[in-house]
Amino acid sequence: MNADPDQRHWLLRPGTLRLLCWLGASVLAITVLAQLWVDLHAEFGVDGWFGFNAGFGFLSCVLMVLVAKVLGYFVKRPQKFYRHDD
Amino acid sequence: MIDLALPPLCLPPALVLFTGALLIALVRPAIRPLILLLAPLLTLWAVWNLGDGVSLQTQFLGHPIELIEADRLRRLFATVFALMAFAGGLFALRQASRFELSAAYAYAASAVAVCFAGDLISLFVFWELMALFSTLVVAAGNHPAARQAAVRYGVLHLFGGVVMMLGIVGIMGQTGSVDIRAIALDSVAAWLLLTGVLINAAAPPLSAWIADAYPEASPSGSVFLSAFTTKAAVLALILLFPGAGVLIPIGIAMIFYGILYALLENDIRRILAYSIVNQVGFMLVGVGIGTELAIDGAAAHAFAHILYKGLLFMSAGAVIFQTGKRQCTDLGGLFQSMPVTAICGIVGALAISAFPLTSGFIAKSMISQSAANQHLALVWTLLTAASAGVFLHAGIKFPWFVFFQKDSGLRPADPPWNMQAAMLLLAAACIGLGVFPGLLYGLLPYPVDYLPYTAAHVLSQLQLLLFAGLAFFVMLPWMQRTLTISLDFDWCYRRLIPAIAAQVESGWDWIKQRFDAFWQSYGARALDWVLDPHRSRGWLARTWPTGSMALWVVALLVLVIWFGPAQ
Repeated sequence: MNADPDQRHWLLRPGTLRLLCWLGASVLAITVLAQLWVDLHAEFGVDGWFGFNAGFGFLSCVLMVLVAKVLGYFVKRPQKFYRHDD
Repeated sequence: MIDLALPPLCLPPALVLFTGALLIALVRPAIRPLILLLAPLLTLWAVWNLGDGVSLQTQFLGHPIELIEADRLRRLFATVFALMAFAGGLFALRQASRFELSAAYAYAASAVAVCFAGDLISLFVFWELMALFSTLVVAAGNHPAARQAAVRYGVLHLFGGVVMMLGIVGIMGQTGSVDIRAIALDSVAAWLLLTGVLINAAAPPLSAWIADAYPEASPSGSVFLSAFTTKAAVLALILLFPGAGVLIPIGIAMIFYGILYALLENDIRRILAYSIVNQVGFMLVGVGIGTELAIDGAAAHAFAHILYKGLLFMSAGAVIFQTGKRQCTDLGGLFQSMPVTAICGIVGALAISAFPLTSGFIAKSMISQSAANQHLALVWTLLTAASAGVFLHAGIKFPWFVFFQKDSGLRPADPPWNMQAAMLLLAAACIGLGVFPGLLYGLLPYPVDYLPYTAAHVLSQLQLLLFAGLAFFVMLPWMQRTLTISLDFDWCYRRLIPAIAAQVESGWDWIKQRFDAFWQSYGARALDWVLDPHRSRGWLARTWPTGSMALWVVALLVLVIWFGPAQ
């Protein structure tokens, strides 16, 4: 469906996606660089480091995805697991 | 004798909504929408006409029963419950069954009654009514899985009620009072009461009911379910256990449990159900910290959460209503044909992630700030990581897999006008509270000395969330959905306990067989040996000659004469 690029929704066109990628990267960069002008009023010291929140947000999410992946090996079951006898 | 003390013009808010629920069940379908919309608005009017203090009381077993006790905190929760009943009623206006609507409004009325319960006995009664009517809302999903989930849900909540009742009775015995006030955790009774409340707050290990039952309700039923039970429990915790330190680790556990399980889920409403556990965890941390800012934060977060979680469940419900599909693996690309639903879903997702200019930003940050103010570095660090995690599991994952990702080829239209209107109403509320935080801060129990919109706060939150979003897309290959469910604690009562019961039954059968075999080989022979003399051919049943009888009579006579009493 929507194989013809011209028939795609404007949000799905390659040009739009490229623009969104550039826009996203720019916003990410701006939020970090803005710390050069904005004092973050560190509560515990480390949270005032340059780009701390960016790095902390990124790394904690990566860690959560990895932990969820490991947890999944133990707790994931087929969808019909309970449906056979319930 | 019942002596009701009701001041003039005091209309019990819960009674208004209960009456609405009854009328919904009785009136003609043409009039039902009118009742659905008017009853919550009248309830809201009644809530705001209540003065502070006790305004309706009676006696029971010598204890004062305060059916209505109002203050700022109780009024705040009752307000958002009435608002959510209105929004839910609008969403369900033309789609839900009469049974479901009536049960949902009675459920909302019970929650409003919990808000104003001034003593432990009336709190317990309204608590149980809430359990009863919410069970009916789950069952109104009207398919076998919904009815089975409703039975599990009902049993678990009745168990929670029993635990709570034991605690209340213990506290009554120890203190002689049933008044609702801060209770120290220094007795078994207090711990039982806390446990009973925590079961309704979906605290692990008894938290699986939420992800088991809510996704099985109807699209509108899950909207109602998302609002009341867990938040009434948060109110009870604020009233009964403010500053109880044990709530902090429990809340942190709920936060990460909710995130990890939501990351594993494929069912869109189950993602949101686990997300409730996560968000209630934030509130518990606030209650556990217990300062004025933390309590304000917990209450504000509960208020904001009811609105944006209702919006998210409406968005998910609209998708299920229009497509009949509920798995991420079956959905995708819906933004093209359901733009209103997609935009409202995204607003809800941004609000739950605490993006600036949304209700989550002005509410959740109060809890983090209170942790920082108390120098709770570890708690603050975990809350910050969890804020990023919320954006990961609910802020991006939900809208991405439902409205974007691959093109599923589905092209359903946006849902009927009433569903769209309800979503737009809550989306406007999420943004309105985010833009004008004073609207919410003015309702909080304590005066708010907190500025959410500082350059430092906005920038640090944007850094945190946007880079969490980057992590989502970097890790996307690791997060592809699978046709699976995740085992939770409900495995214990759905599989483990039945398996143990089956083992006990088969063990009993083994014992019975062994006993039968033993009986047949030894016991029956022993019994025969005892019974044989009495049987028809036994020696005791033989006929005796008359002479023999005369001989024995003579023998007895001699014995009586010889040993009998002297004259």
